[in-house]
Amino acid sequence: MMAEAATLTLPTRRDEAWRYADMDAVARLGVTALDQWQTINVAAGESVTRCMIVGSDAPEVHRMRVTLGEGASAAFFVTNAGGDYTRVEIEVRLAKGAHFEFGGVTIGGAGVTREFVTQVVHAEPEATSNQTVRAVHWGGATGNFLGEIKVARHAQKTDAAQDFKGLLLEARASANAVPQLEIFADDVKCAHGATVGALDEAARFYMMARGLDPATAQRLLVQAFIGDAFVALTDEASREKLLDAALGALERARL
Amino acid sequence: MLEITNLHASVGDKPILKGLTLSIPAGEIHAIMGPNGAGKSTLAHVLGGKPGYEVTAGSVTFRGQDLLALEPHERAAAGLFLGFQYPVEIPGVSNVQFLREALNAQRKSRGEEPLSGGEFLKLAKEKAALLKMDMEMLKRQVNVGFSGGEKKRAEMVQMGILDPAFAVLDETDSGLDIDALRIVGAGINAIMRSPDKAVLLITHYQRLLDVVAPDKVSILAGGRIVETGGPELALRLEAEGYDAVMA
Repeated sequence: MMAEAATLTLPTRRDEAWRYADMDAVARLGVTALDQWQTINVAAGESVTRCMIVGSDAPEVHRMRVTLGEGASAAFFVTNAGGDYTRVEIEVRLAKGAHFEFGGVTIGGAGVTREFVTQVVHAEPEATSNQTVRAVHWGGATGNFLGEIKVARHAQKTDAAQDFKGLLLEARASANAVPQLEIFADDVKCAHGATVGALDEAARFYMMARGLDPATAQRLLVQAFIGDAFVALTDEASREKLLDAALGALERARL
Repeated sequence: MLEITNLHASVGDKPILKGLTLSIPAGEIHAIMGPNGAGKSTLAHVLGGKPGYEVTAGSVTFRGQDLLALEPHERAAAGLFLGFQYPVEIPGVSNVQFLREALNAQRKSRGEEPLSGGEFLKLAKEKAALLKMDMEMLKRQVNVGFSGGEKKRAEMVQMGILDPAFAVLDETDSGLDIDALRIVGAGINAIMRSPDKAVLLITHYQRLLDVVAPDKVSILAGGRIVETGGPELALRLEAEGYDAVMA
């Protein structure tokens, strides 16, 4: 497992979970910084919700190990708008009937790599997980979502879904989605989808024809696009904060 | 109000409009009819400023301004409304949010105060009622899941809210059943029939013109206006067809 490897040496591009990482930034962070794992245990029947806005002018790696007891649920919502390499990594283990919800947005330009890496282990039956990631990039930047789902042999009735959409506002930006499914049970539902595209020019012209300037039309379209990642977040104030942080990055870029 | 002079426009390398001249004064509803491929939609798109349409010669003056020098949103703020033949779906954006932002953007560029949420909803409700559209539909995403007829009615609600001086309506009657056609026609009359407004109404059929009586009718063929007359011209077209009338 990559966790053990990281305690010894820096990861390399050959490690699947670091394939699209900015290795120069990883080297600048160093082994010690990489080996900081936050442990979150959610007891049977309990639930937690975490909202995070990550990113600064320096590289950041946020690594979390989450264990969900029977019927427990955890929801993570993250806006990743770092000004340098910013990685959010979550490993989750689900007991029977547990639920894991993840909504993530990577947004930004300036040639920076921003990524989400998740490993969701359905260790017992009847657990569910739902991951929605949206990536909006420009200026030669990259957004990645590496999502691994493992379903144990006896984890029947698992329902795991993963959805990634990338929106590239300029030609030189890129987005990578790497879904990895390892399923050993036979009665499971695992869905994953990934698409990458440009801004809908027809929608943009339609909005401009109604009087919206190009920047406002773009903001509304981006807002609608990334909104999917946070629909499962019921607390409106938190949702606004996550959206504002993402749209703020777009606004500052003045494309 | 709108002066189009010797307009030439191409899509890609293909010339579509080839010297189109048309003048529409305030107070006039001017219907444009013409065979498929004549350039009717191209004319609407060029007036709206759609990317991909290149004006190679000629001029368009709108209320004394060079329309072609303006960006699409500036044209809207100047009082131009383009009714789309195929209104665009915008997932994740509600009609209410979209139209309030659009209206306030237009007001701002005209130096007017923005409408508050309450004021806007009151206005939207009034215009929706005019088109017999449920307010609940306006809370939904822009055109998403709307039937063809609902999209066209929503276009007219938008027109009512934005209250333009000039409307270019591109086949607003297509996709409408008989009842919806009457509602949309009545909406056009209520919103645009005024001495200080004007309409360029692109249509294939007389049936819309039975409701929205045009002051003038022009035939667009081969990228030019080939004939202009009164409402009787549309009736002749309906009875005899383009070939006979243009011969």
